[in-house]
Amino acid sequence: MDILIYGTINSVALALYALGFALVYGISRLPNFAHGALYVLSGFIAWSARNTFGLNYPLSILAAMAVTALIGAAIYRLFLIRVRGMEISEIIASYAVALAILEGLRWGGFKGMTYTLPAFISGSTTIAGISVDYQRIVVVAIGAVLVALLWLFTHYTRIGLALRGMAQDERAALMLGIDSDVMAVVAMALGSMLAAFAAVLLLPLGNIVVESGYNVLILAIAVCIVGGLGSWMGAVLAAFIIGFAQILTVVYVGSHFQMVVALLAIILTLILKPSGLFGQQKELEERV
Amino acid sequence: MNTAATQRRKERIDRGIKVRSDGLYALMSWRELAYLIAPRALLIVGLLALPLVMPGAYWQRVISIVCIYALLALSFDFLAHYVGLVSLGGAFFVGVGGYLSAIFNTHWGWPVLAAIPAATIAGGFVCTVLLLPCLPLRGVYFAIVTLMYPLFLARVIEALNILGGTDGIMGIDSFPSAWVEEYGVLVLLLVSLFAIRRLVNTDLGLVLRAVKDNDQAVKASAMNITHYKALAVFIASAIGCLAGACIVHIYMWAGISVFALDFSVLPIAATVIGGAGTLVGPVIGCLILVPVSELLRDFGTLRIVFYSLILLGFITFRSEGVMVYGQRKYQQFERWTTI
Repeated sequence: MDILIYGTINSVALALYALGFALVYGISRLPNFAHGALYVLSGFIAWSARNTFGLNYPLSILAAMAVTALIGAAIYRLFLIRVRGMEISEIIASYAVALAILEGLRWGGFKGMTYTLPAFISGSTTIAGISVDYQRIVVVAIGAVLVALLWLFTHYTRIGLALRGMAQDERAALMLGIDSDVMAVVAMALGSMLAAFAAVLLLPLGNIVVESGYNVLILAIAVCIVGGLGSWMGAVLAAFIIGFAQILTVVYVGSHFQMVVALLAIILTLILKPSGLFGQQKELEERV
Repeated sequence: MNTAATQRRKERIDRGIKVRSDGLYALMSWRELAYLIAPRALLIVGLLALPLVMPGAYWQRVISIVCIYALLALSFDFLAHYVGLVSLGGAFFVGVGGYLSAIFNTHWGWPVLAAIPAATIAGGFVCTVLLLPCLPLRGVYFAIVTLMYPLFLARVIEALNILGGTDGIMGIDSFPSAWVEEYGVLVLLLVSLFAIRRLVNTDLGLVLRAVKDNDQAVKASAMNITHYKALAVFIASAIGCLAGACIVHIYMWAGISVFALDFSVLPIAATVIGGAGTLVGPVIGCLILVPVSELLRDFGTLRIVFYSLILLGFITFRSEGVMVYGQRKYQQFERWTTI
């Protein structure tokens, strides 16, 4: 039973990590390696908005999300737009951004155990004999709502439809008057905001540490690769597969192996079926 | 008079001496021979003289580290721009070569000068076999999978607590003397550099470049591209393992940090700065980047920030690199013409 409950919580957390990455890749084919860095950065922004500038908690969360979205848009507008379409340069450039942000934060003294965000609702309850904090229940509930909202956004709003049009066929979208550069900036801002959202939801469960930036990036990549790069629903399903696989290994093998599972999932998926479990098969683009 | 009459444009023309020294007739004149030999001689003599002009043991050690990174950058450049396999896993090669050499040296008691070549060849085989299933992948997929390999191996060593676990393998012999260390890696670097330069111009190199440009066409010519890719990966990973084996003996320690991201990122940064696809460029990039990063060592992780910003600047604004720019200035002149 505890496997079921904690597996679900872990899976929702993974899905939250991955949604922003999947969104940006799905829309503008941009592997945003700065995703994990934006996650950690928004945690620190929320922390300093609350502790340094003395905003109240909901306001500092909104500030963190807004600032991170702006930073994401700026990264795209200033740097990534120039290497658009050159996959490897995109990876290297966005990874350089990630390194600069993360190591800059580390240099700036943001390390140690002192940086925490408070839980939304403290305390815990028992479900079927297992004690679960309220924060984790909030994570699961909001995660489910978020996925539903994203689905509605991409199916029923003008911008959402334009983004989906870009994702399906960029040239056709261009011909219908959708500005692909503007849409890519919007996608990047949205993806960064999702990273910030995941951060303010999940960081109250632990400390804000710089290292988690790299782990979040790996987990997001793992989820997106297993689910199929560019497929959003695939990413959600893959989050559940990897989430439960991780909890099972923690219970039966040992907690050291949690990251090994994610890395192994990436390598095996890429070797066996590079388009992932739910991706569209594009045989010639991905392997010879 | 219309305003368009004064429009000008810049034109680039090959220098006369460059054209004259293109063919066999370069042998007819000392000037043209000198034009051809000067840059190469400058590189060789300059590199060989570096340890002599460096003040103190610390900067001599830095030169060895420059050469290690230059070997890695060379292997990245060869694989990315002559075979079309972008490997973000320089740390994977370093780790495999380093651990193998450490095991040969401490467990089997081989001397350093035997352990390094053995680790180079064995490491090349191990890396090639491990990467063999990934060879059909293209572009971003191959890049991601190679980025994950070193992280995976590091976590496995940590989790299973094998090969010394988080403490690493200690008690590894160093090079017989400081001079053997420096000139060893320097000569190895120069030999690999010129060997690869020659290799990419042979028939084999032609096939490899064809694999990069259009693998379907190579396949249609009844050539087994997996075979050629495996061969190229073997060459590149052997060079990477050589670098790893050397660095383990320089630091006299092999631990999880040989899988560190530094070994993947810095060579790529050096390649971008030096000029991608020139083979010499990465070496020059390392000569610039590594000492700068050593100078910034006091600032801790700020140096990583610094070189990632350099990398970002070069890749987005000046993606041709120092070497391509230098080559153009050396071989061509520019002038304004009216049109």
